[in-house]
Amino acid sequence: MSVLIVLLLPLIATALVCLPFKKPWAAGVTVVSSLATLILAARVAWLASNGNSVTVDLSLGWLKWVAVDGLSALILVLIAFVATTAAIFSAGYMAHGNLKPGKLRLYYINYNLFVFSMLAIPVLAEPTLVWIVVELTTLCSALLVSFENTREALEAAWKYVVLSLMGAGMALFGFLVLFAAMQASGSNDAYTWNNLITAAPTMPPVLLQTAFLLILIGLGTKVGFVPMHTWLPDAHSQAPSPICALLSGIETTSILYVILRLFPVMQAAPNSHAETWALVLGLISVGTAAFLLLQVKDYKRMFAFSTVEHMGIILTAVGLGISVAGYGAMQQIVSHCVTKSFCFFATGTVLLAVETRQIASIRGLIRQSPIAGAALVFGGLAIAGAPPMAVFLSEFTILKAGLTQKHYVATGLLAIFIVIAFFGIMLHVNRMVFGARENESGAESPNNHSEPGNKLHLPFSCRLALVLAAVPVLVLGFYIPQSLHDLLTQATAALTK
Amino acid sequence: MSDTTNQLLVNLNALVTGLFLLTGFGIVAMRQARGCLNLFIVQSLLLAASAVFLGLRYTSDHLYGVALVNIISKPIIVPWLLRKTSPSEIYTRREVDQGLNIPTALLIALALAILAYFLAQPLLNSVAPEFRGPNVPIGIAGLLLGAFTLTVRREAVPLLIGLLAMENGAFLCGIAIARNLPLLVELAIATDGLIIVFIMGVLTRAVQKQIGTTAVGELASLKEATVEPAEKEGTE
Repeated sequence: MSVLIVLLLPLIATALVCLPFKKPWAAGVTVVSSLATLILAARVAWLASNGNSVTVDLSLGWLKWVAVDGLSALILVLIAFVATTAAIFSAGYMAHGNLKPGKLRLYYINYNLFVFSMLAIPVLAEPTLVWIVVELTTLCSALLVSFENTREALEAAWKYVVLSLMGAGMALFGFLVLFAAMQASGSNDAYTWNNLITAAPTMPPVLLQTAFLLILIGLGTKVGFVPMHTWLPDAHSQAPSPICALLSGIETTSILYVILRLFPVMQAAPNSHAETWALVLGLISVGTAAFLLLQVKDYKRMFAFSTVEHMGIILTAVGLGISVAGYGAMQQIVSHCVTKSFCFFATGTVLLAVETRQIASIRGLIRQSPIAGAALVFGGLAIAGAPPMAVFLSEFTILKAGLTQKHYVATGLLAIFIVIAFFGIMLHVNRMVFGARENESGAESPNNHSEPGNKLHLPFSCRLALVLAAVPVLVLGFYIPQSLHDLLTQATAALTK
Repeated sequence: MSDTTNQLLVNLNALVTGLFLLTGFGIVAMRQARGCLNLFIVQSLLLAASAVFLGLRYTSDHLYGVALVNIISKPIIVPWLLRKTSPSEIYTRREVDQGLNIPTALLIALALAILAYFLAQPLLNSVAPEFRGPNVPIGIAGLLLGAFTLTVRREAVPLLIGLLAMENGAFLCGIAIARNLPLLVELAIATDGLIIVFIMGVLTRAVQKQIGTTAVGELASLKEATVEPAEKEGTE
């Protein structure tokens, strides 16, 4: 039952936000509802980590399409976590710009709808319904990307919508072909992820392969795999920072989850080449993103490219062999979500402090605003994969698994790209935070705040969100709680069925 | 049902799917935004007709539902939503400057349609004979032509129509090969199409307010090379 309440809460919050109370109302409702969602999602995840599959089996026929296993529960709890920290961060961050109450209400309406559409992805078990909520995530977040209403934000939103929906059109065709494949295998069961796995061995291979490729490319557009990634740095840099945390931290991962759902189906079918495709596409993504990271000019785009890199790493891990590297991939999903959301909170703080997005015009941030500087260094180190942070541990697990599988070339390439990306990110972060200012004239206008005495007054909720988001980044680097370990094992088991 | 009626229904279905392909070409080439929208409406009606013919042929009530959903949502609600959300200027816009000139675009579209037939062959060979028919290759062609429209057009409405045409193409395949998909799913997909129209309409209005044009294809300031996006605007 709690699964259904998890889905209902953001909708109730949407309705409550519409009420015309004073400004703090909308923020408060959103924080409370996402906190409640987190608690319920954690309960579902705890049940799932003990190996119980939570199926909602009410008398209504269509509710059979709701099913939560280890993998779904993992994604569910991550979405709820990022949604909570982002809601807390929003409360202070959005109050900063002196928005009109109506506009702020619009922000929270879209925010809650967006969270709802993401929460529905792991919960639903019917692939076409999942496709619909994937489309909904694009549509609910489009107006959030264009929220600042500048020329660049509108451009980013257009690109985002057009390319994502174009990919979704291909994926829809893929899901229909998948349905045809299931019918052709002679199975009369309902169209769900689990029944697909049982039907897979007798499916016509051509149909299954076509469906897999269409969905990989179509939804891969929205995850940001490399030839199709062009919209991602735009959308993930133009949106308000808390939204970037949602988009980059969790939205990409939850779409990747839909692709991952196809891997057990492909493995059940005779001689599918799903892992080879994953390995190639993943390595291309990691490599391209690593080199693009070296030459970014905008620090929010830098973290957006790092998302492309991380999505590539997860896909590569799956390609190295799910049975061995699957656990690492799941761990990487967790560490990416918590770390990337922290990074975008850090960029939000930096943006509040210096009001520019250009890397070149920020120097010596640590003297100007110690909080922003420290957050940026911590975020940069964490996302680049320095020990002892969560990303380091998960990347290490993946590389180790790759070596035991004797994929020496692929693992070597992956390691090289990760190192290049590390230097790319740290180069920029280091210059921004500790660098001395070279020419005062070149970067004059954005630095009005740098006058001594004009310290950034960071709202309390932003500080709280930064601390809350930093805890798992640090803790998961050296200690994985037993319950999380069980959940990760269950999630891996769902992939290798 | 007798053999002659069945044959007649199959032929009628072939006719409407053929016309469907033609509207796909029309959407690639039509310059007037209004004309694009009209072609899309015709295309959706043809899709509904194909669903009815296939429904009669294979006595599937479910396909009538698909036809009904299509007739209500696309020709009626889509234009209404567009009128509500976006500036009326979009209808009168003529696209002078397309990415490609019309003859070239049509030639590429033709190549895509032929490609679609080749792509459909292996799929058709692995499904039962009753699922074969012109729907699959023409549906794939519709999908490809829609995607192609997205790459050559610059105006907001033709871009939106391109997206919806892609979905129509996927559906034309769907009614042939995935006939038993639950109706609830079809309804949800149709609703989803309406949300696409609404959101893109709102975005178009915002773009027009901010920049003064609905030629969203002209927006190209976000690039890796530009250090100062504000400066770029001046040089253009």
